[in-house]
Amino acid sequence: MTPARNSLRQPRLSDATHAMFWGLATASLLILGILTGSRGLRDFDPALVSYAGAAVLSGFGIGYRYAMWLRRPPTRLYWYRGWQIFLAPQKLLSNLAHLARIAWNTIVLQRFIERRSHLRWTAHWFLAWGCILAAAVTFPLSFGWIRFETARTNQEIYRAFMFGIPLGSFHLGTPFAEMTFDILDIAAVMVLIGVFFALWRRGHDHGAWSVQQFSDDMLPLILLFAISTTGLFLTVSTHLMQGIYYGFLSQLHAVTVIFTLLYLPFGKFFHIFQRPAQIGVNFYKQAGASGPQARCHRCGQEFASRMHIDDLKSVQAALGIRYQLSNGLHYQDICAACRRKNLALTQDGLWKSYDNRLRGN
Amino acid sequence: MIRREFFIDYSRCIGCRACVQACAECDTHRGNSMIHLETIERRDTLQTAPQICMHCDDPVCARVCPADAIKKTPDGVVQSSLKPRCIACSNCVVSCPFGVPKYMAEFEQMMKCDMCYDRSSIGKKPMCATVCPSGALTYTTMEEVQRTRPGIPVNSWKFGGEEVTTKVHVMVPRETTRVEIDLIQIQPTPQALPADPYDVALMLEMAQ
Ligand code: HEM
Ligand code: SF4
Ligand code: SF4
Repeated sequence: MTPARNSLRQPRLSDATHAMFWGLATASLLILGILTGSRGLRDFDPALVSYAGAAVLSGFGIGYRYAMWLRRPPTRLYWYRGWQIFLAPQKLLSNLAHLARIAWNTIVLQRFIERRSHLRWTAHWFLAWGCILAAAVTFPLSFGWIRFETARTNQEIYRAFMFGIPLGSFHLGTPFAEMTFDILDIAAVMVLIGVFFALWRRGHDHGAWSVQQFSDDMLPLILLFAISTTGLFLTVSTHLMQGIYYGFLSQLHAVTVIFTLLYLPFGKFFHIFQRPAQIGVNFYKQAGASGPQARCHRCGQEFASRMHIDDLKSVQAALGIRYQLSNGLHYQDICAACRRKNLALTQDGLWKSYDNRLRGN
Repeated sequence: MIRREFFIDYSRCIGCRACVQACAECDTHRGNSMIHLETIERRDTLQTAPQICMHCDDPVCARVCPADAIKKTPDGVVQSSLKPRCIACSNCVVSCPFGVPKYMAEFEQMMKCDMCYDRSSIGKKPMCATVCPSGALTYTTMEEVQRTRPGIPVNSWKFGGEEVTTKVHVMVPRETTRVEIDLIQIQPTPQALPADPYDVALMLEMAQ
């Protein structure tokens, strides 16, 4: 395996310029996607332009922040190593199978959160999947990628198009039609269930009280609550109240969504984009476990993969952490348990030499 | 609020494990003990030593973290990993100069001592310092420690070429200004000694 050192070389462009480039690239790609996907804006719904605009701005922010994040030496290392291990030609097939397995467990089912606590899992699974479901419908709609229209011959028949290609038609009143129109309501209810459990946990967990902060921990939940309730109000207004206050409510809803989109790159929601790194680390660990292991210089026990220790040494060098010992050894070759024992022994040694000095020998 | 600090004196530890138990009662990581209790030289002595997070001024754990998951509060306490961020890579676990962070495999997350932030942030003692009977772990004022202990508290360390200063102090003989961890104690220990059925320290280690 080639050393990952090259990937840690000093960047030539300043971090901000580099990140700016990737932010603009992401935003441009989105605009290009909107232009081509909506067939030169022919399928674009002007009523949704503020949503599309906010998504483009958010794309800029996410690209920028992601690129900044990848400037950190340890992040860069895992990024390069993760892809290098994943794309190794002789392993690609088994890697794809492994990817499907971990994606199912960590992203779809989110088993690891369940092991933290059932309450956390319930809150998070509903939050995440409610949002993903809603995003899967609303982004293509506001980008003009999917479009519905009534058939010219029959007002009861709806036709759906994707990128201008007819997907099929369905009769109003059929269960499928109901499902399609209600999908955002279903998503909103899922998110509200998640918000409820998350707030419940935060209200009862004494540990959470001491560390939670309004902007980091409460604001995301408040935003999701606001989007979901204003969205549900729209349905209520249409179906139960003859469209009363619809204009005002739809503007209120738009404001909550746009604010959340613009907040995506900054706060807690950024983990949605960071989180796939967990899969990269999983591959890295698997590759490490199947290769040679590092043994602690003091106790001789294996304590990490050779690759991990070697990579860490280059990350530490890039960060200016100087663990070289004066006798040619490297502190990174000492396992955590021996480091701890060594601290107590060192203190012992200090007292012994102090006592010896006092006794004059 | 009286300004209290944390002081470790490894040599006072009597291996009673009260801190290990009490740590798991802390609300920020209830059920999981974050403290390490090491047996030092099993063959020769029953000596044990506790290790809590030293809360470094410029924490190595946070510097090597790819996910930017380790944050320090304005009062200098280095928090456990942020749950939505930590991707369980163990960089911090193998890099921390004091061997503090714990990799929790089942949660796919790193967890570490946060000085019982639910308690210490409102002026209460961390759980371990509350129960430690020997004063190996002490949470008190600087004046109190200087008045009552033979040694002095130091919070400056050197690991090879790496200088580290910490919020937590260690008790050392007078005239010491910095603890240097270099080659003195880092010698390979003989491994694979024949099993000794009366090795009490080994039994302790196995019980962990
Ligand atoms: C659109 C999708 C998502 C949304 C809206 C979302 C939202 C949130 C929110 C609001 C929290 C904080 C919960 C609280 O306040 O207690 C959170 C925590 C978390 N999220 Fe997500 N998330 C999403 C997707 C994901 C994905 C795909 C993963 C990766 C598997 C993930 C991993 C986590 C983790 C590990 C936590 C910490 C959970 C804990 O232990 O308490 N999230 N998420
Ligand atoms: S002692 Fe280790 S875990 Fe604690 S702050 Fe320092 S580097 Fe981080
Ligand atoms: S285990 Fe978590 S907290 Fe530690 S370095 Fe890796 S991502 Fe950061």
